[in-house]
Amino acid sequence: MEPVMQVEPWVVLSFCAAIFFIGLIGVMVRRNILVIMMCIELMLNAVNLTFVVFSRQLNHLGGQMSVFFVITVAAAESAVGLGLVIAMYRTLRSIDTDEIQLLRE
Amino acid sequence: MLALIPLFPLVGFLLNGSWYLFGQAPAGRHKAGAGVTGTLASLMIGLSFVVSALLFFQLTGMPAESRVIEQTLFPWIHAGDLNLLMTFRLDPLSSIFTLVITGVGTLIHIYSIGYMGHDATPGKFFAYLNLFCFAMLMLVIGSSMPILFMGWEGVGLCSYLLIGYWYTDMEKASAGKKAFIVNRIGDLGFLLGMFMIYWNFHTLDFQTLHTAITQGHVVGVASAADPATITAICLLLFVGCMGKSAQIPLYVWLPDAMAGPTPVSALIHAATMVTSGVYLVSRLNFLYSLSPTALNVMAAVGAFTAFFAATIAITQRDIKKVLAYSTVSQLGYMFLGCGVGAYSAGVFHVVTHAFFKALLFLGAGSVIHGMHEEQDIMKMGGLRSKMPRTFAVFAVAWLAICGIPPFSGFFSKDEILWQAYSSGNGSVVLWALGAGTAVMTAFYMTRLFSLTFLGTPRFTEKPVQSNVTQLAPKHGHHADNHDHGHAHGDDGRVHESPNVMIYPLIILAILSAFGGFMGIPHMSALEHWLEPVIPEHNIIAPNISAAMEWILMAVSVLGAVLGIGIALKGYSNIPKMEALAKRWAWLHKLLDNKWYVDEIYEAIFIRPLVGLSNLIWKGFDVGVIDRLINGVGKTSEWTGQTVRVLQTGSIQVYAFVILIGIVATVGYLIYGLA
Repeated sequence: MEPVMQVEPWVVLSFCAAIFFIGLIGVMVRRNILVIMMCIELMLNAVNLTFVVFSRQLNHLGGQMSVFFVITVAAAESAVGLGLVIAMYRTLRSIDTDEIQLLRE
Repeated sequence: MLALIPLFPLVGFLLNGSWYLFGQAPAGRHKAGAGVTGTLASLMIGLSFVVSALLFFQLTGMPAESRVIEQTLFPWIHAGDLNLLMTFRLDPLSSIFTLVITGVGTLIHIYSIGYMGHDATPGKFFAYLNLFCFAMLMLVIGSSMPILFMGWEGVGLCSYLLIGYWYTDMEKASAGKKAFIVNRIGDLGFLLGMFMIYWNFHTLDFQTLHTAITQGHVVGVASAADPATITAICLLLFVGCMGKSAQIPLYVWLPDAMAGPTPVSALIHAATMVTSGVYLVSRLNFLYSLSPTALNVMAAVGAFTAFFAATIAITQRDIKKVLAYSTVSQLGYMFLGCGVGAYSAGVFHVVTHAFFKALLFLGAGSVIHGMHEEQDIMKMGGLRSKMPRTFAVFAVAWLAICGIPPFSGFFSKDEILWQAYSSGNGSVVLWALGAGTAVMTAFYMTRLFSLTFLGTPRFTEKPVQSNVTQLAPKHGHHADNHDHGHAHGDDGRVHESPNVMIYPLIILAILSAFGGFMGIPHMSALEHWLEPVIPEHNIIAPNISAAMEWILMAVSVLGAVLGIGIALKGYSNIPKMEALAKRWAWLHKLLDNKWYVDEIYEAIFIRPLVGLSNLIWKGFDVGVIDRLINGVGKTSEWTGQTVRVLQTGSIQVYAFVILIGIVATVGYLIYGLA
């Protein structure tokens, strides 16, 4: 079956890179931990998309397999991360990274 | 059976010791009294005496040549060609010592029940006393040098523990330390001697050593010892004896050791431990006989010590100090005897000395107890009527040590003096030193006796309100002990000691009076008994006639009588003697300060040593080692201070650093490797 519409791989890859860097910058500049975690998810999913692109392009299922792993691990990471955030909020009453600098000195 | 001899006191030590440690020592626990702990300890050493006596009779039943009982408990040290068994061996020489140690030891244990009646921790005291007996018995029945050495160190330890028994008194605690340290100096000599024996003869067992030396070979190993080596071994071992048996120059600890309780002075510092040097020399007599040099040194040191210590004893005012210097002097006699080759005479004097010196110390203890811890003989006097029984037994001991026949001291002392004159190694000088000592001994003992028991009292008996205040300084009197039997402390009056203290004294008095008959000249039962171990020694220098023996005997008895007479007459008029002391003030002062030996040692050895230690401490230890260690710490601290600025605590900064790291790594992987 003929594809309805052809999209050039570089377009998709550029899109992925853009999302990845948006996530990265978010991690760097935002101070709210929840937002930081969402940015991390963005980065992960940008990578997922890249995997899929190469999988399609190279006709190799290894890329798609990796995606499932990444999703699983990301889910676990989110669960643990959110748990930590809740615990942190309960003890410190804040989820602002500027206010939480206990490791300094 | 043989192992039971040391085992009983060990069991006594463990029982009393653990009972004290777990049952009495914790704060607030009730302390067991002297009665029950002392009975336990006395029972143990008493059983040990019974076993010793049984084995002694078993030995007498054997033919003279094979009088040895051996028991091997377990292999002890096995290294290279050294195979050491834990073997005990009882032969005539050790059987004499076990009998004296356990016999006199039992009497002193029983006496201590009364003497330590007011002590705060009698459980501890009796545990130490039993431990001492255990170590001392190991010393005399050990079959080899290391076992002997173990006992040797064990008695040193107990001596230290018991001298410093009232350790809250700083002076007493440091007297214990002094004894221990001075003994260490001697022990170094002992150890070196032991190493040299092993190096040269490849054995440490006395019997094998004896075979090796008398027959010139050990099984399979040729003996390669020349006379110089033997002399070196003998002299090194004698250094050990100098420490343990308080000979010049290492005698200084013994007078200070009188800080311990009086029964301890009697048992350890008069009757048993200090004679272990004589035991060692007699045990190795086959070795010493090969080295005339070592024998001469020993005889000279012994004679000089005897004389020197006697001069000091003349002016001392503390009753126990007089007896302490007298002990040093008598030990000098023993080494004089051994030094002229008359080992059995030395051992004989050990035995009689154990009897009468233990009696003197215990009698002095009885006096001190009755006088409420007064030790200055100038503050006594006239105790004959107050303490008639102590007076009577003390008189026996006094006559015995003065050498008045037929009391025991006469026989042994006379034997030594005769040998010092007549033996091949002897000389007139040695005899003269010995005889001079005998006169002085008679003098200072009579002075002590007269000032203590005769004349009129020079003290006032003042009633004391509370016995707690009266005893607290010395005994740490425990308020729980009020139920104690006799009327001590009801008033401040001088009183006779209780029976538990007097009966052992009476037994010792009988022994002191008649003990000498085991060694009557020319038909000495003791010498005959020791013959398998110590070959009979009757080498009389050729130019000495037999009549000389009787002349010398008469001279020494006359000397003793003279000494006694002068002292009795002199000290019946004390002010006159004090005037005399004033006229000879420089001499009196010299003797009173013990020839300033302690001060000289202080200046020659202790100060330079302390100075050197200070130098090493402040120069090397503080200056170099401490600086090095602190430098390591400072460096890490500085590094930490410098690097800590990186630790911001900000997650974003960490994330940024991670990013840089990843970029750098990826960059390197892509471009760097290409």
